[in-house]
Amino acid sequence: METKKSFLKNIYSKIFIMIGLLIIAFFFSMCIGRYSITPADVVEIIVAHLTGSGGDIDPIRANVVMQVRLPRILLSIIIGAGLACSGAAYQCLFGNPLVSPDILGVSAGAGFGAALGILFSASAFIIQGQALLFGIIAVAMVLFISRVQKKTELFMLVLSGVIVSALFEAFVSLIKYIADPQDKLPAIVVWLMGSLASASYQKVIIAAVTIVPCIIVLFVLRWKMNLLSLEEDEARSLGVNVERLRLIIIIVSTLMTAVSVSLCGIIGWIGLVIPHIARFCIGNDHRGLIPACTILGAVYLLLVDGIARTMTAAELPLSILTAIIGAPFFAYMLRRTMGEKG
Amino acid sequence: MKLEVRNGNFGYEKEPILKDINFEIRDNTIMTILGPNGVGKTTLLKCIMGFLKWHSGENYMDDKPLSSYSDKVFWQRTSYVPQAKQSVYSYRVVDTVMMGLNAKQNFFSMPKAEDYDKAVHILDMLGVSKLTEKYCNELSGGELQMVMMARALISEPELMILDEPESNLDMKNQLQIMNTIEKVAEEFNTSCLINTHFPNHALKISDTTLMLGYGNKQVVGKTKDVVTEENIREYFNVCSRVVSLQVDAKEYKTIFPYQIAGV
Repeated sequence: METKKSFLKNIYSKIFIMIGLLIIAFFFSMCIGRYSITPADVVEIIVAHLTGSGGDIDPIRANVVMQVRLPRILLSIIIGAGLACSGAAYQCLFGNPLVSPDILGVSAGAGFGAALGILFSASAFIIQGQALLFGIIAVAMVLFISRVQKKTELFMLVLSGVIVSALFEAFVSLIKYIADPQDKLPAIVVWLMGSLASASYQKVIIAAVTIVPCIIVLFVLRWKMNLLSLEEDEARSLGVNVERLRLIIIIVSTLMTAVSVSLCGIIGWIGLVIPHIARFCIGNDHRGLIPACTILGAVYLLLVDGIARTMTAAELPLSILTAIIGAPFFAYMLRRTMGEKG
Repeated sequence: MKLEVRNGNFGYEKEPILKDINFEIRDNTIMTILGPNGVGKTTLLKCIMGFLKWHSGENYMDDKPLSSYSDKVFWQRTSYVPQAKQSVYSYRVVDTVMMGLNAKQNFFSMPKAEDYDKAVHILDMLGVSKLTEKYCNELSGGELQMVMMARALISEPELMILDEPESNLDMKNQLQIMNTIEKVAEEFNTSCLINTHFPNHALKISDTTLMLGYGNKQVVGKTKDVVTEENIREYFNVCSRVVSLQVDAKEYKTIFPYQIAGV
């Protein structure tokens, strides 16, 4: 009894520290930018907005906080959390910590959908819709190809993912090749590298009603994910309905990734790096890992997006930064954990 | 419970691996499946547990076809002890053991305090309570095998199926595993179905034995009638003697292999 409590207490205290980090990252992100704002201002403006009072607040300041920064920050919190959780879910599913959310081709498919929309000068709404649609189509194709004789083997899933990704990446290249190099091509390239610059409350709401329920599903199934990460026969012998649980995890992870790609382009690395950092902090037990990924994913994207919009006069695409910051950090973490094992 | 295989046939690409397998295991029985490497012992276990499908033939539980039960019902009454192997993600021993309760729980359940107590209790019964708070990747092969057995036993199964539980272990750990199996059969009233390639181990612990040989040979019966010098020669291609020895007024029987047959 003692030890059970101490184990969970240990997890809880780490989660609380992470929540503290999230709050710090939130204020940091709110305050940096061309128009400087203090944390006190942020609190004042948000409180005033919620209570409907505060006539003496500078309207420009209020506008920057409420209309420019807050939606962007909320969006980065949700997207970061979603990408990190879907990474952890796929790593559990495949029993392999080197898997990222694009393994089943969702990013390639969504990228194709968006590029197609840009090519035909579709509206932003259509572009988003197509990205979502083709992201889901790509994964559906993977599920179809990998199902042989009413059974889906994991290695078939991985290989089918490689095939479908390659196919959609080729389509994207084709679109880039025929796109007008004056305006369409740059738009496609920039879109594919990911950005939160177009954040709006509308996007926040779309993200909130799709990604948040998916995270909740993973949170509810966090103990079962421990069982799923065992060998397939072992999991079955423990009474796990492996096929059903896998399908649920594929569906929620695909949905989360497809929605984030459709809202803000392809943001790489979060789904790979954050679960690792979370494992390092809190262990492999999904009871701690899923909450930790939710929070750390949010913190990471908040910080990276903060840097993306303030470092240079023009905004930097997110995928460039997530990799430039993520890769060395990942290398450092890997060396450290390997050193401990050896 | 009674588990039975009737006319089980299995093979890859028309080459039969298991041909016309027939046997049953009843309550309070330790049964071994004995045979040389590569004869299809593990395949047989997988067919019994439904991980592989018989090409023809059927498993029966209490005289009803296994296919008439749901997977979940079967696994509420049966436990499987795989060969101990380090997994990619390592969890605490006590959490690993609690996973054994899953078949009796619903889809959304989480481990409760009483489950934790059960896990501690079972680890204690198996004499490995010092491992409770360790992580599985910190354990030796023998310790990990004990944890796998604890995970199988926590659900109080009627039948425990073990795949070569002692094959990668040293002498002391082999003895510990076999003593535990005997203790389990006695104290939990759990029948055990064990794969092994050691005739000695079959002789030591089992009541009945199914011996498999190359060319789809098989013989099933009481262990002392099956594990004989003639059968060892025929199924393992080894000349041996059954040796009896007495230690502290206790009689032990063992198989001593002295030569490869036909040399």
